[in-house]
Amino acid sequence: MNTATTTPEQHGAEHHDHKPKGLMRWVLTTNHKDIGSLYLGFSFLMFLIGGAMAMVIRAELYQPGLQIVEPNFFNQMTTVHGLIMVFGAVMPAFTGLANWLIPMMIGAPDMALPRMNNWSFWILPMAFSILLASLFMEGGGPNFGWTFYAPLSTTYSPDSTALFVFAVHIMGISSILGAINVVVTIVNMRAPGMTYMKMPLFVWTWLITAFLLIAVMPVLAATVTMVLTDKYFGTSFFAAAGGGDPVLFQHIFWFFGHPEVYIMILPSFGIISAIIPTFSRKKLFGYSSMVYATASIALLSFLVWAHHMFTTGMPVAAELFFMYCTMLISVPTGVKVFNWVATMWRGSLTFEVPMLFAIAFIVLFTIGGFSGLMLAITPVDFQYHDTYFVVAHFHYVLVTGAIFSIMAAAYYWLPKWTGHMYHEGLGKLHFWASLISVNILFFPMHFLGLAGMPRRVPDYALQFADFNQLVSIGGFAFGLSQLIFLVVVIKCARGGKPAPAKPWEGAEGLEWEMPSPAPYHSHTTPPIVK
Amino acid sequence: MGDAIARALSQSYHTTYCEVIIMNREQLTQQNRRLVQKLLLIIGGMFCFGFALVPLYDVFCEFTGLNGRNTIKAEQQSQSIDSSRVVRLQLTTSVSPGMPWQFKPNQHYIDVHPGENKVVKFSAKNLSGQAIVGQAIPSVSPGLAGLYLNKTECFCFNQQPLAGGESVEMGLVFFISPDIPEHISTLTLSYTLFNVTDVTEAESHNLQAAL
Repeated sequence: MNTATTTPEQHGAEHHDHKPKGLMRWVLTTNHKDIGSLYLGFSFLMFLIGGAMAMVIRAELYQPGLQIVEPNFFNQMTTVHGLIMVFGAVMPAFTGLANWLIPMMIGAPDMALPRMNNWSFWILPMAFSILLASLFMEGGGPNFGWTFYAPLSTTYSPDSTALFVFAVHIMGISSILGAINVVVTIVNMRAPGMTYMKMPLFVWTWLITAFLLIAVMPVLAATVTMVLTDKYFGTSFFAAAGGGDPVLFQHIFWFFGHPEVYIMILPSFGIISAIIPTFSRKKLFGYSSMVYATASIALLSFLVWAHHMFTTGMPVAAELFFMYCTMLISVPTGVKVFNWVATMWRGSLTFEVPMLFAIAFIVLFTIGGFSGLMLAITPVDFQYHDTYFVVAHFHYVLVTGAIFSIMAAAYYWLPKWTGHMYHEGLGKLHFWASLISVNILFFPMHFLGLAGMPRRVPDYALQFADFNQLVSIGGFAFGLSQLIFLVVVIKCARGGKPAPAKPWEGAEGLEWEMPSPAPYHSHTTPPIVK
Repeated sequence: MGDAIARALSQSYHTTYCEVIIMNREQLTQQNRRLVQKLLLIIGGMFCFGFALVPLYDVFCEFTGLNGRNTIKAEQQSQSIDSSRVVRLQLTTSVSPGMPWQFKPNQHYIDVHPGENKVVKFSAKNLSGQAIVGQAIPSVSPGLAGLYLNKTECFCFNQQPLAGGESVEMGLVFFISPDIPEHISTLTLSYTLFNVTDVTEAESHNLQAAL
């Protein structure tokens, strides 16, 4: 990337910083940094709530038999844990990072549509209040899994399902508004000279993610609307009795669902592509191949949905088609992993906390990718389907993938956000505690799955007891480790060693040309990018 | 190639914001508005596409015979009989949970020559004291064999009302197309009975039309 600012603007820091005080500052703000902070704070709160639900699940599974919760409540926990982590923790965290970083990275003063930006954040707490409130309704909250397969979510669902549907609608609207804002900002607000192929990869990956969101969130909205009318208004989209088909639900859901899982990983690729070169003190290897790989992953994501449905009785030709398409995705993904490793090759590496998380991401995400490749093989999927192997797979890509990259991003840009360096020792403690516990938590799940333990069960056969105990211990340790992160962030926001404009020796990009903490308004005079 | 993509992406929006600021702030707002309108159009389109998948799925299944959905009435009787082959049609039934009916085929299988018209009977009994309307939904396995099972008359084309305690014998007239592939020697036809008492008249008409 050949970005260099000839007119680093420093004057904005002093006389543009007047902003309203108190609570109303946050309610009424249209500033991309404030909204970014709101998103990030909200997503961490959701991470803790969703994590607490995971603790309930692991406590119940610590021993065979039913000890702590009723099976129906257990199902509500697995369902709402999934919904909160996907729509409440990972996606808003990425949107928060996009808000903070994209204007700074492309040399824009703010997001293109600041008022809409305010709304796209503030409807999120409404959505999750509704979703969490449904847990306290008579008959309980959603208990049909985050995938809400019909007829579980229609014929057999609790009375509170309308609240679930409404909450998902609002989350979808929020994501769509956020995506529109990102696209318009990137397309219309780049500084002079910031051509598409000079944009940092985080901006590129987010542009592609935003298009994925625009394409599939409306399909999710259509799906939940059909569930709503099937349950309450007598339609039969998914009811065989009325001429519908429950398998159709799975097709429509996964047409949304598979691009959705790439929505949760593509921005990670951008983050890792920023951090690895910085701490290797080398340029990113293969910038343009990274852009093409991201775009191909996004396109392929529309052709693989039925690999979630190998056991629904599809004809062999369709199973083969989806199997080969799925395996094809490992090619662009492999290009990325190769490029990161090639960037580190013969670099002068240092291992600050962001780099540690980034390296852990590369190794552990690749493990998740490989188990995904195993699941893609149709004949063996018949054995792995709906077992803990699947749970292990998607937690490797989402926790040690998406969440680790978000952690890495937080450590990497915290000095820019707060103007202080974070506590390196505590950060390292957080990293090592997370790394060890997360593997104790998820690695044995592979073995449980291969041995045949089904997912979404509150009780299990005796032979799974030892591994489950180990997994639960890892789970509690991982949950507690995240509190260290909370301490690090609060400490860093309150004070610490002042951070220079560019705290990382090898960092490149427009955001490092601004003072730390970044002034309230970014780039009030546009930088010139050569 | 990268620049080609970049150029394609930016065709109408290549003016960057600060150039615009120098010229006119209004223009940037206009540009943003135009792009937002286009994106909203895509979003609206994708929402409709979600619903469009429903009829598309039906058409797709009908043409390809995937999914074993066998709900279409055959237009005409069979023309020719292939007496060199025998195909076995197995019959199986189930009743949706909570529906107080008994529903059984009178025979568990029937051997036919492809092209031969045959009749099989099913018995249903309402075990409850109230009138209930039932609807049978067929499914054929293996899925692709559904293309070759032609029904000229079937109780599944209509709803079946039964008074409390009443029972009925229901008929199915069918033939198997002579062009059924060699490797298919056994088909399974399964019926699931659903309680459609609460389904309104209008919806039931729609269903009839769909079938």
